[in-house]
Amino acid sequence: MSFVEYSDLIQDGDVVIIYISMDSTMPVKVQKGAQTQTRYGVIRHSTDLIGQRYGSKITCSKGGYVYILHPTPELWTISLPHRTQILYTTDIATITMMLELKPGSVVCESGTGSGSLSHAILRTIAPTGHLHTVEFHQQRAEKVAEEFKEHRVDHLVTVRNQDVCKDGFGVTGVADAVFLDIPSPWEAVKHAKAALKKQGGRLCSFSPCIEQVQRTCEVLADQGFQEISTLEVLLRVHDVRTVSLPLPDFGPDASSPGEPGTRDVVQNHPAVTLKTTTTPREIPGHTGYLTFATKPRT
Amino acid sequence: MADTGEGDSEYRIKEGDNVVLKRGDIFKAVQIQLKKKIIFEKQWFFLDNAIGHLYRSTFEIVSGNLQAQTAKTTQSSSDAKEAGTDNRNIVDDGKSQKLTRDDIETLKEQGLKGQEIIQQLIENSSTFRDKTEFAQDKYIKKKKKKYENTIMILKPSCRILAMMYHGREPGKICHLRYDTLAQMLTLANIHAGSKVLVFETCAGLVLGAVMERMGGYGSVIQMYPGGGPARAGVENFGFPAHFHDTLHDFPICHVNALLAGTLDTSHKDTNKKESDQAAEDKQNQPEAEPQDSPEEQTMETGGNNETAMDQERKEKEQRREAKAEEKRRKLAAAAALLEGRNADGLIIASRFHPCPVLMGLLKFLSPSRPFVVYSQYKEPLVECFTKLKEHGGTVNLRLTDTWLRHYQVLPNRTHPLLLMSGGGGYILSGTTVAVDSAKPSGSTPAEEPATKKMKLTDTVE
Repeated sequence: MSFVEYSDLIQDGDVVIIYISMDSTMPVKVQKGAQTQTRYGVIRHSTDLIGQRYGSKITCSKGGYVYILHPTPELWTISLPHRTQILYTTDIATITMMLELKPGSVVCESGTGSGSLSHAILRTIAPTGHLHTVEFHQQRAEKVAEEFKEHRVDHLVTVRNQDVCKDGFGVTGVADAVFLDIPSPWEAVKHAKAALKKQGGRLCSFSPCIEQVQRTCEVLADQGFQEISTLEVLLRVHDVRTVSLPLPDFGPDASSPGEPGTRDVVQNHPAVTLKTTTTPREIPGHTGYLTFATKPRT
Repeated sequence: MADTGEGDSEYRIKEGDNVVLKRGDIFKAVQIQLKKKIIFEKQWFFLDNAIGHLYRSTFEIVSGNLQAQTAKTTQSSSDAKEAGTDNRNIVDDGKSQKLTRDDIETLKEQGLKGQEIIQQLIENSSTFRDKTEFAQDKYIKKKKKKYENTIMILKPSCRILAMMYHGREPGKICHLRYDTLAQMLTLANIHAGSKVLVFETCAGLVLGAVMERMGGYGSVIQMYPGGGPARAGVENFGFPAHFHDTLHDFPICHVNALLAGTLDTSHKDTNKKESDQAAEDKQNQPEAEPQDSPEEQTMETGGNNETAMDQERKEKEQRREAKAEEKRRKLAAAAALLEGRNADGLIIASRFHPCPVLMGLLKFLSPSRPFVVYSQYKEPLVECFTKLKEHGGTVNLRLTDTWLRHYQVLPNRTHPLLLMSGGGGYILSGTTVAVDSAKPSGSTPAEEPATKKMKLTDTVE
């Protein structure tokens, strides 16, 4: 198991994702002799997990069952312990493409936060790229470094505990892409520019507030960035449902002798049953604005 | 611009490179070929002069040729600082511009550059000075778009090509919007070293995007319908040669045979292959001819004409056999990759009904692996969803689409752009799990659509 390479069998020391339902997943570090409590009862690592195939269905002590999934950055994003507000997959996917990340890319990121985006970046730039991630909160930086090790991606990443606005990324002229998710991104633009390769590269800044975007765009233009473009992307979920729509009764109709064939007449309550989708009552309507720009050759 | 920095060769435009031309927000993918006429945005020109320049250089089109622009000329805007406060005195009577259409044409013929024509337009506009500063900016921007003849040459990337196809030829890529493609690549966990199945009719854009994310590590198997794999778009990415070694293809018409274990790739000439081979030969005929001619000539100078003809026929035969052999070998290689049914990911984006494609190809995935199906329409994905629920063997099923909005960000003038894409298509994503042999349906109750409850709420609301 590694976050950048699949395995077939669960081994001691792996981090696995216990899938209970769409809205309930949990990451578990597999250890000989350990146990994990779920709402369906206990999972015993030695007998239930080690040596089993990823994707197996495990029956817990109370009779309910769960699936054991191989970790991916996307499953990690929905199950990781939140230490900060995190980036979700919809934004992450857009960022990954718009920053033109691929195997071998060198990326600078700040702040690291809970590492949701970091894992997705690492997956994409492996096996030959590198991530330089800067987090000004010491405990968070330490914790995320620990997780990178557990997820066996630590060889691809350098975690620095410093303030990107004051001290920059700790590297110069090496990055293909820079990502900023900090309260005052405009203060870090010059550091981002310095971190990017002389031949140029891409930059992304994530900000929830339009005022932040405004200031950042001005500084980006001043610093000679090109193709400055701000966008917002939201996920819309469509829940598949079977619905039954009752038909109104207008009383006997002399002109038409028979009922149309599609009607599903049940006693005196005629209704049409169909498969359709509904939207959730409430969805996240705003995460943040994504501002992209290209640093030209300098 | 053309400084001679060391280690820059990969950043320079070379003959044979696949590049993307950019003018404003419009892109076009072309190959750099000497003396090859290109038509872009109703203008024709040659790209010869681009060779040796750095990527992201801008060029002006001057009488059919590219002329490198220096960094300075691209900036310089008008310095008329006079501006009005609002538009109360501006009347649209069509008389504010003193230059006529013919005047402008004459200016163009005199060889005036875009920048100079715009300056002329401003000077001859009676209302320009009364416009607000914002309106002046907008005016200049609009005229620039119309009269400036500059293009930029870019290195291709998934981002640029996805935006290019979406902007120019959405029909060719099943109206797959770039952010939707981005979701697919991420949700399918495409990464180096994995084994990914791709079924697409998006001109090769999706296949190319997957290959870019794999970086030449691992294997991509293109499952294709019909006579041969269609992937012209992959060329636009300009991948290094070794990327193509990781690309395999397998015709879906052999999927059933492969699953049943009856696919025979070991020795030649089953009926199907013969027809395949014939088709292949037909395709390669024009290519084979010119290859022959130089050999023929050397033979002729050698003397005996008849033996030369014989020789040629024999060689042709041999080549054909070698080709068929190569084809068999490739089919066998692709079959071997599939046979283990241990692929790591599946991406479907086609104009075919996704349901049979998904149900057929899902069998090749290991458990605990992601899959993503794109469709321009929602209903077929609802059907896929229902089928998967009945069939079992998948969890984490989600039918989604993304909403994308671009912004104009300017001091005191920030707002969403007036136009936005109405929709970028739909995605069904999920994860495979071990199939439960005991029960036909193996999903947790929490995920089943709550039909009863819905009915209730429906009638209440």
